Amino acid sequence: MAITSKAEQFNYTVVRQFAIMAVIWGIVGLLVGVVISLQLLWPVFNFDLPWLTYGRLRPLHTNAIIFAFGGCALFATSYYIVQRTCQTRLFCDKLASFTFWGWQLVILLAALSLIFGITSGKEYAELEWPIDILIAVVWVAYALVYFGTIVKRRTPHIYVANWFFGAMILAIALLHIVNSLAMPVTLFKSYSAYAGVQDAMVQWWYGHNAVGFFLTAGFLGMMYYFVPKQAGRPIYSYRLSIVHFWSLIFLYMWAGPHHLLYTALPDWAQTLGMLFSVILLVPSWGGMINGIMTLSGAWHKLRSDPILKFMIVALSFYGMSTFEGPALSIKTINALSHYTDWTIGHVHSGALGWVGFITMGSLYYLIPRLYGRTEMWSVKLVNTHFWVATIGIVLYVAALWIAGVMQGLMWRSVNVDGSLTYTFVESVKASYPFYVIRLVGGLLYFLGMLLMFYNMLKTIGQGKSVDVAVPTATAPANA
Amino acid sequence: MEILWLLIPMSVLLVLIMGCIFWWSVRSGQFDDLDGPAYRVLADDDAPTPGMASEEALSPESDKKGGAEGG
Repeated sequence: MAITSKAEQFNYTVVRQFAIMAVIWGIVGLLVGVVISLQLLWPVFNFDLPWLTYGRLRPLHTNAIIFAFGGCALFATSYYIVQRTCQTRLFCDKLASFTFWGWQLVILLAALSLIFGITSGKEYAELEWPIDILIAVVWVAYALVYFGTIVKRRTPHIYVANWFFGAMILAIALLHIVNSLAMPVTLFKSYSAYAGVQDAMVQWWYGHNAVGFFLTAGFLGMMYYFVPKQAGRPIYSYRLSIVHFWSLIFLYMWAGPHHLLYTALPDWAQTLGMLFSVILLVPSWGGMINGIMTLSGAWHKLRSDPILKFMIVALSFYGMSTFEGPALSIKTINALSHYTDWTIGHVHSGALGWVGFITMGSLYYLIPRLYGRTEMWSVKLVNTHFWVATIGIVLYVAALWIAGVMQGLMWRSVNVDGSLTYTFVESVKASYPFYVIRLVGGLLYFLGMLLMFYNMLKTIGQGKSVDVAVPTATAPANA
Repeated sequence: MEILWLLIPMSVLLVLIMGCIFWWSVRSGQFDDLDGPAYRVLADDDAPTPGMASEEALSPESDKKGGAEGG
């Protein structure tokens, strides 16, 4: 407001902050993942310290990847996209800045509390009540900034990517608040408002929708903006993207019970969850095809453009894991896969392949633009990152597929007299070689992230933080 | 499964809210043009213009610099 002679500028500062932190938290989260996969092979790597035991580091790994890495990436890209597509500066700079510092504080508190064993024990919602309240406050601020920007937009149409981000913000607010309802006992301990199977049902209503809205809808918002931009072509079918959005939004809410097949949950609820999960294949594949076909007529760009490679492989993994997910939710298949490493393989094909790759592609597009440069410091290094990480994922996922199916088959195998053929520990022993392959895959993926960090530092070093002016349709002829 | 007394109304409420937003978006003409928006995103040029970062002259790509002074 102070500078009246200058045109309104986009708020790139907060985008820059979140983009850099996304890469840094990505390194932290992946490193913890590598450590716990080492511990699965050689438990000695917990060094007999309670803070470094598997039980404490595993939630740290998931929280760091989902909420620190994924969260910062979502903040960065959504703030960028909403400003560019609405052609206006972010609503309320102070609130936007608060979401950044507030979110970093949440991450730090989460890391500390999990290492010290303070947990509510709910998967992907382990944080205790004071942090939960802080998350809710930051999230409401995020909603205000985001929807405030949409309200003051200069374009009549709201681009489809914003719909995905908007749905994510609303759904996560509701899910987080309902699932985290608890009765505090002390500052560090609370008891859930629900008990037994009721608690399990709320937990997986939350858990699955966190996957659906945080890790899918949000990253689809990224996909619908950055894939067309990087390819230089309009999305294959804008109409299909609208259908994709609304069908995904209406269907996702009901799929949660598939996490509780063969448990105390009533059978009809399990079947309902399975049914909706299978139906979800349709909109998911619609979106995947929409993204990939955006490149039709421009396939040659894949040869030279590593950023597009990241995005197309991300979409392939989106297609693969949204096929695998419905398949795993079918009761007969789940009877084999439940509690095996197949589930872990499935999660990582989604997390490393889809979420990780679409984020990396988007950040490689974004970072140079935030520093007034046309491309990353080294495009060759981006290409190296792509191949290292791709090989890493393939090793990781394939190893756990094999290990998972093997475990499932060993556990259900019975002798003629009805006794079990294998003891549990025999299946653990048989999994060892695959855990080694998984570790190698994870290390490669981690190495790729380090390359990205180095490339980012070099790009920032060569560039200069710039806040670009908002282009106005009725620009005065001063150029 | 008393929890369903909470979860089902909540989900129905959410679907109702989404339905209302959907209704508004259709009525307000958000979906009247389903081709233009895809192109308008591409028309928004977010590539950094040369000269924005003056240090760019130091980089190997500096030969591009002369081009777009007129903006």
